[in-house]
Amino acid sequence: MQKITSKDFFWVFLRSNFHAGSFNFERMHALGFCFQMVPIIKRLYEGEERKKAMKRHLEFFNTHPYAGAPIVGITASMEEQRANGQDISDSVINGIKVGMMGPLAGVGDPIFWGTLRPLTAALGASLALSGSIGGPLLFFLFYNVVRIVVRWYGLKYGYAKGTDIVKDLAGNKLQKLTEGAAILGLFVMGALVNKWTSVNIPVVVSQVTMQNGKIATTTIQTILDQLMPGLIPLLLTFVCMHLLKKNVNAIWIIFGLFAIGIVGFWLGILK
Amino acid sequence: MELSVLQLIAIFIVSCIAGMEGMAEEFQMHRPLLACTLIGFILGDLTTGIIIGGTLEMIALGWMNIGAAVAPDSALAAVISTILVIAGHQSIGAGIAIAIPLAAAGQVLGILCRTLTVFFQHKADDYAEEGNLRGIDLCHFGAMGIQALRVAIPSILVAMYVGTGAMQAMLNAIPPVITGGLQVAGGFIVVVGYAMVINMMKAPYLMPIFFLGFVFAAFTNFNLVAFGVIGLVIAAVYIQLNPKYNQNQAFAAVAGTVSDDELD
Repeated sequence: MQKITSKDFFWVFLRSNFHAGSFNFERMHALGFCFQMVPIIKRLYEGEERKKAMKRHLEFFNTHPYAGAPIVGITASMEEQRANGQDISDSVINGIKVGMMGPLAGVGDPIFWGTLRPLTAALGASLALSGSIGGPLLFFLFYNVVRIVVRWYGLKYGYAKGTDIVKDLAGNKLQKLTEGAAILGLFVMGALVNKWTSVNIPVVVSQVTMQNGKIATTTIQTILDQLMPGLIPLLLTFVCMHLLKKNVNAIWIIFGLFAIGIVGFWLGILK
Repeated sequence: MELSVLQLIAIFIVSCIAGMEGMAEEFQMHRPLLACTLIGFILGDLTTGIIIGGTLEMIALGWMNIGAAVAPDSALAAVISTILVIAGHQSIGAGIAIAIPLAAAGQVLGILCRTLTVFFQHKADDYAEEGNLRGIDLCHFGAMGIQALRVAIPSILVAMYVGTGAMQAMLNAIPPVITGGLQVAGGFIVVVGYAMVINMMKAPYLMPIFFLGFVFAAFTNFNLVAFGVIGLVIAAVYIQLNPKYNQNQAFAAVAGTVSDDELD
C-alpha cells in the first residue's frame, strides 16, 4: 500500500506557494501544477508509471492560484488510489482537473482579486498615505493569513474528500460565498469612488461680498458638492467601466486621464 | 545620490522577488504598497517609500492577471519609481508620473516573458520522458527566474545610473506643468482601478449596493473598516433573505407536509 505521508503533503503545500510562477502562454499553469505534484509522484510511482504521471500533470491547466488549491488535493487523492490499484484512467484525472478549474477560478477571481485584495490594499494604502508602516504591514499580514489558511485547508479538504468534492461544488455554498463577496466588494468600491478620489474644479462662477465684508466665492466644485459630493469621480468610473467593456486597454485609459489632468491643470480648470 | 554596492545588491534581490511575485501573486510582494516600502527602506527613506507605495497602490488597485490577460506591471513601476523619487530626488508626483509609462512598458515585457517561458514547458516535457523529477523543479524555477529578471534588470540599471548627471538632467527636464498635471490626475486616475474591479465582479444586478456605498461615503465620516463591516452585514442579510437560496428548504418543507398528509 502506497501512502502519501504528512511530510509529502507539507511539501506540496510549500510548493503550492509558487503555483503560477512559471506561467506560460502555451499551457499556463501546467508546469506549476506538475511542480506541486512532484512530492506525490515521487512517493507513489517509479519507472514507467512515474513518467506517465509526470506527463499527465503537464497538461494544460489554469485556475485561480489559491481558490484552486482543492484541485491539487483531489488529484493527490486520486493518484494515491490509482497507485494502489484502483482503476482511475488518465482521462478521469484530467477530466476532474479541467472540470474544476473553471468553477473555482470563477469563485476565486471575485473573492480574492475583486474583494479581499482591493479591500486590504485600500485599507493599507489609506494608512500608508500618512507614512505609517502600519499600512503595508496590515495589508501583508491580513492578506497572507487569509491566503495561507485558504491554501492549507483547500488542499486538505480536497485530499480528504476526493472526488466527493464535485457534489459540494454543485451545491450553492460557493455561489453564496461569491455573491456575498461581490456585495461586500461593490459596497466598498462605492465608498472608495466617493472618498478616495479627488477632483477640484476651481472655476469661479460668482463672487459675492457679504454684509460682514467676507467674500463668498462660488466655484463649479462647490456647486457640484452641494448637489452630491464625488459626482465627477462617479461619472468617470462609469466612463472607465464602459471603455473597459469595449476592451480598451486600462493603461490607455490611464494615459488618457493623465492627458486630461495635464491639460486641465495648464488651463487652470483642474487643481 | 550614489548607491552603495550593498544597496544595489539589496535592490536586486527585492526586484527579483517582486518580479516573481508579479507572476505568482501569492505573498503580494509585487504590489506597490509592499515593494515601494522595501525599496524605501533600502534607500534609507522608509516614510517616502511607504507614501509612494500607498499612492501607487490606489492607482493599481484593479490591476490583476486573469486567464491569459496580462496586467500592467505594478512591480516594475513600484521599484523604479521609488528609486527615482528617493535616490533621484524627485517629487512624489513626478514619481507617479514616471510609474505609469513604466507599468505600460512592463506589460509588454510581461507578454514577452510569458512567451519565453514556453521554452521551459517544453523542456519539462523532455524531463518527463526521462522520469526526471528534479528536472521539473529546474524548469519551474527557471521560468520564475525569467520573471525575476524581468524586473531586476531594468531596476538595477536605473539604480546604477540614478546618481549620474545625465540621469539627473533628464529627470529635471520634466516641465512643472506636466508634474503638476499628473499630480492632479493622480486624484482621479484611481477610478480606472475601481472600474476594473467592478467590471470583474460581473454582477450588474448588484449595482444598487455600489450606489449605497457611494451615498454612505458622501454623507458620513466612516472609515474603511466601518464600510467593510457594513458591507459584510449587507452581504449576510442579502444571502439570508434571498429566495434563491431558500428554495430548497421551502420545497423540502412542502414535501414534508405532503408526506405527513399521506400518513393521515
